[in-house]
Amino acid sequence: MRLEPIANPSLTRRLTLPALAIVATIVIASLLALIAGGNPFAVLGQIIIGAFGSKFALLETLNRATPLIFTGLAIAVAFRAKLWNIGAEAQLYAGAVMVAVLGTGALQLPAPLLLTIMALAAMMAGAFLLLVPALLKTRLGVDEVVTTLLFNFIFLLFVSYLLEGPLKDPMGMGWPKSAHLIPEARLPRIVDGLRLHWGFALALIAAVVVWVIDAKTTLGFEMRAVGQNAEAARFAGIPVTKVILKTALLSGGLAALAGFSEVAGLKGSLTLDLSPGFGYTGIVVAMLALLHPLGVVVAALFVAAIFVGADSMSRAIGVPSYLADIMLATALLFMVLAILLTKFRVRRD
Amino acid sequence: MELFEILTSAAFWAAAIRIASPLIFATMGELICERAGVLNLGIEGIMVAGAFAGWIAVWAGMPLWGGVSVAFMVGMGLGGIHSILSVPFGLSQHVVGIGLTLLATSATFYTYRVMLPEVSTPPKIDAFQPFPIPILSDIPFFGPALFQQTALTYLAFILVGVVSFTLYRTPLGLAVRAAGESPAAVAAQGLSVTAIRMGAVMVGSGCMAVGGAFLTMSAFDSFFFDMVNGRGWICIALVVFGAWRPGKALFGAILFAAFDALQIRLQQTGIGAVVPYQVFLMMPYILSILALIAMSRRAEVPAALMVPFNKGER
Repeated sequence: MRLEPIANPSLTRRLTLPALAIVATIVIASLLALIAGGNPFAVLGQIIIGAFGSKFALLETLNRATPLIFTGLAIAVAFRAKLWNIGAEAQLYAGAVMVAVLGTGALQLPAPLLLTIMALAAMMAGAFLLLVPALLKTRLGVDEVVTTLLFNFIFLLFVSYLLEGPLKDPMGMGWPKSAHLIPEARLPRIVDGLRLHWGFALALIAAVVVWVIDAKTTLGFEMRAVGQNAEAARFAGIPVTKVILKTALLSGGLAALAGFSEVAGLKGSLTLDLSPGFGYTGIVVAMLALLHPLGVVVAALFVAAIFVGADSMSRAIGVPSYLADIMLATALLFMVLAILLTKFRVRRD
Repeated sequence: MELFEILTSAAFWAAAIRIASPLIFATMGELICERAGVLNLGIEGIMVAGAFAGWIAVWAGMPLWGGVSVAFMVGMGLGGIHSILSVPFGLSQHVVGIGLTLLATSATFYTYRVMLPEVSTPPKIDAFQPFPIPILSDIPFFGPALFQQTALTYLAFILVGVVSFTLYRTPLGLAVRAAGESPAAVAAQGLSVTAIRMGAVMVGSGCMAVGGAFLTMSAFDSFFFDMVNGRGWICIALVVFGAWRPGKALFGAILFAAFDALQIRLQQTGIGAVVPYQVFLMMPYILSILALIAMSRRAEVPAALMVPFNKGER
């Protein structure tokens, strides 16, 4: 077989194929639910109810979507420039560490000032963490996929060391966790009494900002140009290396905000289980969003809904909640295939 | 002085060879894929799946070699998914690979929970036992270090020979290497680049899965969720370190494993009392990055690595 480009893909084709990808994912999830002894309709229904069925469930979904919007944006920005940042997990923790360092009483400042400083420090830490692999890529040609992946393991061990050493909570009964943030260092809730913090609003703002950078600025244009064809971009006079490094700073900073928002908004202290893989799930979010910044918000809500819903389904029906992870991985693979097939036709030789 | 004693003990090198074994399988697997032109980032997930598949098969009553075969088949199947998406459809090998790792890992954990819903500690199997090779195992130093390993470790070394011989001494190997260097030339010979690449990815993925199975069936006798713990990514670094050559990659894997064995030993010495244990645990990952940096200037990357081939298009 070979692929033949389609000059003007019809709207039907562009809508049907992604829809088919979602249907195929649901079919596979249903089969897996059957294998585990669950009624597929009950399982899928419970996932939807668990994600949206009550005010509590809905807020939980929005809360879960918050870090995913940040990591999804981080990945989208990087992948657009073909900078393969698989290290969002480490960058998230880098941001979280800065929050734990600055927010536990080291700085006594009014809340708005303190939160701003913490957010900026978090972004700088995350940016630095991605700058190293980016420099290794641009200077020495070391593949950033492997280095960013390995950084995840290295940095998590570093966090583990911090939580058992310098950042350890003296009142923590020996648990590896940081001290609690002082009240001024906590992101307030958007509405009193509802468990949704300003991190979510910040995530939405970040998405709009990234979209503006992407669509309206020279940097956004340069990033896309480098991603589409680095050689051509270089030929056209775009400083490719600089653009890659700027992309790295932006991407790492965005991922770090996920850590900032989780610690300052939700958890109030740093632990080693802060992120159940938000950095990796961000890749799925970004791909499902077709790397579009505003699409990331929608995709993050969708992914968060599946996770929150699956947790609730697992408690109610007993089918393992790993079903959610399988659904997302299959959705990712089917979706990239579907997108390809909107642009190409399969021909037999 | 302590260091000298460690480095000259046969037990140390026996441990290094044991630690190297799963890496050798998976590195050979990745090397086969990459020589054919496909970067397989599914390696981490495939190792997880292989570790589980081999172990659960033996737990369900299959003989040990049956378990190894099951792991290999599961790896082939996952490699099949990767190769369909990355070869004929030519999708981004980064995205497909990461997606496959997520899929294989979550599917493994799901299957584990479905098959063993009630257990708090995973059951143990009768794993491969050391199999001293007659005569050779009596050689001083080299005997205990090399020839008192499990059968699966011997298989890892045999695999390096087979891969090396096949790649450099057979028409099949030539075709695989050409598919990774100059696919158009392969197509001009009337061979199918698609078939060669898909086959290479499937066989390579099978080897990765056996690497995973080594962990549950030889190194340990049970399955844990975070068992593979980045070994797949390390193997990708080892392929680069080995300059895409089986022999050099084997050397890299053993060197790497020796460092890993050394950090375990050092944790128990005076240094371990001062330095936090996390620093020791970081060493394998840091070493991998250093290896990548060291080799960056001299890399002999297969020219068509990560370049999809669409006949008649380019």
